[in-house]
Amino acid sequence: MTVLKPTDASAAPTGRRSLDIAAWATGSQRRFLSPGRIGLYAFLIISAVYFAIPLYVMVVTSLKTMDEIRQGDLLALPNALDFSAWVRAWSSACTGLTCEGIQVGFWNSVQILVPSLVLSIFISALTGYALAMWRVPRAGLILGLLLVGGFIPYQVVIYPLVLIVSNLGLYSSLPGIVLIHIVFGLPILTLIFRNYYASMPPELIRAARVDGGGFFTIFFWIALPMSKSILVVALILQMTGIWNDFLLGLIFAGRENLPMTVQLNNLVNTTFGEREYNVNMAATMLTAIPPLVVYFLSGRYFVRGIMAGAVKG
Amino acid sequence: MLAKLRRDLPAKLTVTPAVLVALIVFVGCLLWTVYISFTGSRLLPNYEWAAFAQYERLFATARWQIAYSNMFIFGVLFIGICLVLGFLLAVAIDQNIRAEGVFRTVFLYPLSMSFVVTGLAWQWFLNPTLGLQAVVRDLGFEDFVFDWLVRGDRAIYTLVIAAVWQASGLVMAIMLAGLRGIDREIWRATRIDGVHPARVYWHIVLPMLRPMVLTAVVLLAIAVVKSYDLVVAMTRGGPGNASDLPARFVIDHTFERANLGLAAAGAVVMLVTMAAAVVPYLYTEMRRRER
Repeated sequence: MTVLKPTDASAAPTGRRSLDIAAWATGSQRRFLSPGRIGLYAFLIISAVYFAIPLYVMVVTSLKTMDEIRQGDLLALPNALDFSAWVRAWSSACTGLTCEGIQVGFWNSVQILVPSLVLSIFISALTGYALAMWRVPRAGLILGLLLVGGFIPYQVVIYPLVLIVSNLGLYSSLPGIVLIHIVFGLPILTLIFRNYYASMPPELIRAARVDGGGFFTIFFWIALPMSKSILVVALILQMTGIWNDFLLGLIFAGRENLPMTVQLNNLVNTTFGEREYNVNMAATMLTAIPPLVVYFLSGRYFVRGIMAGAVKG
Repeated sequence: MLAKLRRDLPAKLTVTPAVLVALIVFVGCLLWTVYISFTGSRLLPNYEWAAFAQYERLFATARWQIAYSNMFIFGVLFIGICLVLGFLLAVAIDQNIRAEGVFRTVFLYPLSMSFVVTGLAWQWFLNPTLGLQAVVRDLGFEDFVFDWLVRGDRAIYTLVIAAVWQASGLVMAIMLAGLRGIDREIWRATRIDGVHPARVYWHIVLPMLRPMVLTAVVLLAIAVVKSYDLVVAMTRGGPGNASDLPARFVIDHTFERANLGLAAAGAVVMLVTMAAAVVPYLYTEMRRRER
């Protein structure tokens, strides 16, 4: 049972020439003129357009006035940069019953994210460390259970979970949704931490024990300082995962704490009267920006984080 | 002996919450739902045995039939197209191209976006009055029609378009990692033998990428099951219930329609279907690797 070793896709091995197969197939040495090369770039550019166009359309729509949008010309650049839709989306658009903009959801999401992130990573790291470096009876069975947990669709366990959380008095509350995020983060995070710690040299911990180091001393002074890269991976995985969550927030957070994704869906899909597409798209962008920033800042760690979720038995 | 026991005690205590969570949530709740699917529960859980009554009702429900077959249409197309497109993109990027970083970034950024954002962006882009259809008509193709988003028989395919947009970058990244891990000698050897590169990719490289394909399929299969957010944001299951998926059917019947037994049966069928699709595949792959 292993978790896929995070492979580094986006770090281009510098100094190694990758293959120029298209040029070679056509027997041409002039790389940028051969038909193969042209076909290759055509494919890449068409694909890039498919991937880029929704983002482009979202951005230009959010900067247009409604009059401009009604004229059609979806792809045209806005006549003038008009940020009023962004302001309205942030502070006064209606999300269901209230009209205080998407900012309410933003701050709710921040309130959900921070404790969920810290607690789920801390608990999972500690659990993974205990499973990898200490003698725990039936560690294999525990890992197997967690692995299964990582695969179970939410739909299968969600109603009994609502009953349990209600009985704890946490249903529709901030601690409730945080607890739920910790629970659903636990399987994958514990597995990646366990595998990371299992790959550390066992002499390290043996030596620390001989010196009288206890369970927590070794965790805080040896294991944790050595886990920077895996912590970054876990951080990215959870940040995007929790920020982008919709279903769990919708069901467990309660009316007062609905996360940004839920508020966004209410804003766009339950409007009365005329739809304000520019405001809708501005709100969508506002919701997309935090994970996009994480993506652009984290670079190659982002792919590692996503792939760390790939559990193979 | 006692010292040893005491030494390992903190570790055992630390693991306890995780074990409890696994037992209560991933085993207990699962078994509870399975049991409820065999009862006559409606608004509230009721523990009276009703055998397969809920399953019979489920498969007699028109909305479920649509949702369930949509899961196959969506799942097969989504996973298939993502794999093919992701692989082709990875191969293309591996050809020593210019601006590699730019292309990689463009292919991968949708992955950071939630299914809600993805659904709303595509809902706007594909809406027939002001979206893509209008753009192409303005270009002079007056008869151009692309109204799949509002057509009952086509709406499910728009979900595929959006989901492929979101996830194929992931396949590209996984495959690219695989391609870059392959021994370069293969290329020199096949070149000397004069084998066409397409054949090398098909007969040699692709079989070597099996573990990557496996990883991708598992990740995409999980995304299919989690597609609730996408349907809700993009089509709300509509028009009518034409683009409904089991994920949405189950949540609707659990919370809004208060039809617990039926929802539980739907959830169990979802779980069994996913297991039936992924487990044999995982199993053969594992056996193949052991050999």
